[in-house]
Amino acid sequence: MSWEVVIGLEVHCQINTKTKAFCGCSTEFGAEPNSQTCPVCLGMPGQLPVLNDEAARKTILTGLAINANINLESKFDRKNYFYPDLPKGYQISQFAVPIVEGGYIDIPTKDGEKRLGVTRIHMEEDAGKSMHEGLDAVSHIDLNRSGIPLMEIVSEPDMRSADEAIAYLKQLHQIIKFLGVSGADMEKGQFRCDANVSVRRKGEPLGTRTEMKNMNSFRFIKQAIEFEVLRQIEIIEDGGEVKQESRLWDSVKNESRSMRSKEEAHDYRYFPEPDLPPLRVTQEEVDNIKAGMPELPNQLRKRFETEFGLSAYDADVLTQTQALAQWYEALVAAHPANPKQCANWLANELLGRLKELGKDISESPISAQALASLLDRIADNTISGKIAKDVLDAMMESGKDVDTIIDEKGLKQVSDTGAIDSMIQEVLDANPGQVEAYKGGQDRLFGFFVGQVMKASKGKANPAMVNQRLKELLG
Amino acid sequence: MPFRSLSDIQAQLNAGERTAVEVAQLYLDRIKQYNDDLNAFVHIDAEHVLAQAQASDAYRADHEPRPLEGLPIAVKDIFCTQNGPTRCCSNILEGFEAPYDAHVITRLKEAGAVLVGKTNMDEFAMGSSNETSAFGGCKNPWNTDCIPGGSSGGSAVAVAAGLTPAALGTDTGGSIRQPAALTGLVGLKPTYGRISRRGIIAFASSLDQAGPMTRTVKDAALLTSIMSGHDAGDATSVADAPNFDWLTACEAKDMKGLKIGKPKEYFIDGMDEEVRAQVEAALKKCEDMGAEIVDISLPHTEYAVAAYYVIAPSEASTNLSRYDAVRFGHRCDNPEDLEDMYARSRDEGFGDEVKRRILTGTFALSSGYYDAYYLKAQKVRTLISQDFKEAFEKVDVIATPTSPIPAFKSGEKTEDPLTMYLSDIFTIAVNLAGLPGLSQPCGFAQGLPVGLQWIAPAWQEDKILAAASAYENATDWHNQHPKEFGGET
Ligand SMILES: [Zn+2]
Repeated sequence: MSWEVVIGLEVHCQINTKTKAFCGCSTEFGAEPNSQTCPVCLGMPGQLPVLNDEAARKTILTGLAINANINLESKFDRKNYFYPDLPKGYQISQFAVPIVEGGYIDIPTKDGEKRLGVTRIHMEEDAGKSMHEGLDAVSHIDLNRSGIPLMEIVSEPDMRSADEAIAYLKQLHQIIKFLGVSGADMEKGQFRCDANVSVRRKGEPLGTRTEMKNMNSFRFIKQAIEFEVLRQIEIIEDGGEVKQESRLWDSVKNESRSMRSKEEAHDYRYFPEPDLPPLRVTQEEVDNIKAGMPELPNQLRKRFETEFGLSAYDADVLTQTQALAQWYEALVAAHPANPKQCANWLANELLGRLKELGKDISESPISAQALASLLDRIADNTISGKIAKDVLDAMMESGKDVDTIIDEKGLKQVSDTGAIDSMIQEVLDANPGQVEAYKGGQDRLFGFFVGQVMKASKGKANPAMVNQRLKELLG
Repeated sequence: MPFRSLSDIQAQLNAGERTAVEVAQLYLDRIKQYNDDLNAFVHIDAEHVLAQAQASDAYRADHEPRPLEGLPIAVKDIFCTQNGPTRCCSNILEGFEAPYDAHVITRLKEAGAVLVGKTNMDEFAMGSSNETSAFGGCKNPWNTDCIPGGSSGGSAVAVAAGLTPAALGTDTGGSIRQPAALTGLVGLKPTYGRISRRGIIAFASSLDQAGPMTRTVKDAALLTSIMSGHDAGDATSVADAPNFDWLTACEAKDMKGLKIGKPKEYFIDGMDEEVRAQVEAALKKCEDMGAEIVDISLPHTEYAVAAYYVIAPSEASTNLSRYDAVRFGHRCDNPEDLEDMYARSRDEGFGDEVKRRILTGTFALSSGYYDAYYLKAQKVRTLISQDFKEAFEKVDVIATPTSPIPAFKSGEKTEDPLTMYLSDIFTIAVNLAGLPGLSQPCGFAQGLPVGLQWIAPAWQEDKILAAASAYENATDWHNQHPKEFGGET
């Protein structure tokens, strides 16, 4: 009997506004506890929320990027529950009419692209944070996070494996970063995920689902889903029933544990937030936001493949971040002759070296312009590709430009026929036995002579000329 | 002097006959003399009052006087003020001192007003008799055995007994108009959205609106003109509200051509016959002044109280969640755990009426009941708004009694919340529809004041100000004052 896994995801993503969702407090991360609060986000008596338009604009942009509908009139609701981190005793959210509905994200699978539905994106405010550690049986509360704007992105239950779930999350994460609507830094909790997981025998109705709460690492999410799938299958195969509940992933023990069962689930008593009028936007405003939308990873990948003739693999690597894609385009603009060569040198050589240094492209010590001039020197035969790698190392280290390094180190390629001929003659004189054997029909020895000449020239001889002259001189 | 209107005092100040300090001192003396009997004020800081008056006199010496220069104004304990406690007359706000002024308070200060103190009220504005205050009820100066009405009872008593010439109240279901009626004052609830709610402790956000309680219609107009206007800090305050000249609106001398709607649902069996007679007489007077009385119907009126007692408690139940003893206010002793801290602190901090409404609202919003109660009530609300809209196609303003009965005896209805809820039967629909309403004195029943309520379309306060001013000009009810408190002048 084969099992089918059904996964739906809820992503909480911090919107990167300068100020909070409903007040003017700063959203800067890592400040002194409670230093970024005001009467509004502290829920003081009589204080009222006023919506930060930028949060709405960025949520609309995200909706447009996932091909969703924008509701020109959406509403805010109160979600009521008691929690010490929640100063008002309710969270302002969007329940009945969210700002974004009905989009999708395409992910690559081995059977081609798969379309995964996004039910809705709504805006809400974050709660504060309790701190228990090292405080000797008392808890302290930091409300700096209280009122930070979030997007909740809710998928359809369309994923059929942990891998699909991760592909969806990575795609979404990348889109959000491209849009610049969120830092989406998972370690800072700016991109967190709840996963709803159930299993069923193929063709049967949906099984009982559990919700894995608040995970912020792709690796843990994958582990948690896989663990949960096996746990549920085991329960059912043992004749038991899966309980509807919320579960927490323990990344130290690599297991999940029950947090809250359906019986103790909250009744949030949602109702329309009377302090905020409906959020109205015009089609014109939506169109303007759309006009300002940057090129998204999927479009970029396709363009890189067609316009620059890149392989799907290279196109994917070079569109991982907007900074990288822009860097590549700058490189091609400065060295238009060979976009594929540009891709190789950026993806394999430069990124490799940056990785060793623990840096990303935005921290590269050399510019796209500088790498382009290195490629120019290969193209005009000043240096060989092999030497160029050493030059790149030197450029990374010293920051000097390519010509200075070639001059200083005397790396200029030797293309002078006389000099090459005399180097060849020396090699032939030093290896009479091999010359004899070659002439006797052992063609494979040709490579040996090339190698010896290149070695004698310390790599500086023009390899094409060495080839040509060797053939002539060996007769 | 103690029963003079704001405009009279303003004229005296402008003429140099008195200083702001003298005026403030006079009222402080009266508060000292009478507040123990009446319990109108729950907080007075005489030094601070005099300091403001001094500052006003100093300002006047160097500048043109501001619109409320030196005028003493008391405020309900629901308005947050930086000076002194703000407790909404609840034990749950024990020790709370707001670090901010309500937007309205800022406006009054900027206009030169002298803030006199905090007046008594029903706890969190929930009540119609001022008997649910954590500081005890206050007394109606017309008969101290009687309640003054609620929830702005303290503000009403302070003005009616001449302890201040004007006061601010808030009106969620009639809390300005009903106590104004029961104590013989003018009380105005402006259109919802005209006055910022920021810094006013919320009861039911979609219904609450601040307004003045004064001796004359013109005083009410003067204060409202200062209080109203857009506030970027309140998303429900309307940015481009239709406006008019508030004081000019009060210059009407007759009612020629005015069509006054008389809704049959507001002259019902069971209402006090003397109240009915006084309001009928007032309408006759209006007819004499040139108005046309048109019989109209507001058919959904009978559902207004029920809808209100679903919507207001629903909003209140969540507005009051923040009083959880975590960050401010009362906290119980030695809580066992978080749950115990919430439960016991709230149990100790809230009075019975507040608890009753939190429970009602929590129930009405809970899953499985939402559609039957909250959603249904919202539909009724829409129907009530439509009733008014249709009525205003036929008439300019509507006139009704403010309260079906005059002030009742303290303790008489406290055992029966449902009859108490009926005290607001004539005022509630106005809040549900977000309309402006004004109550003014129009006679006496059993020796107690009777109120005449005027209702206008949204943003057309000028219409009720004109009608009420004309009526006030032609009658002497607003010049009657309770004798026991020196009401001869
Ligand atoms: Zn804030």
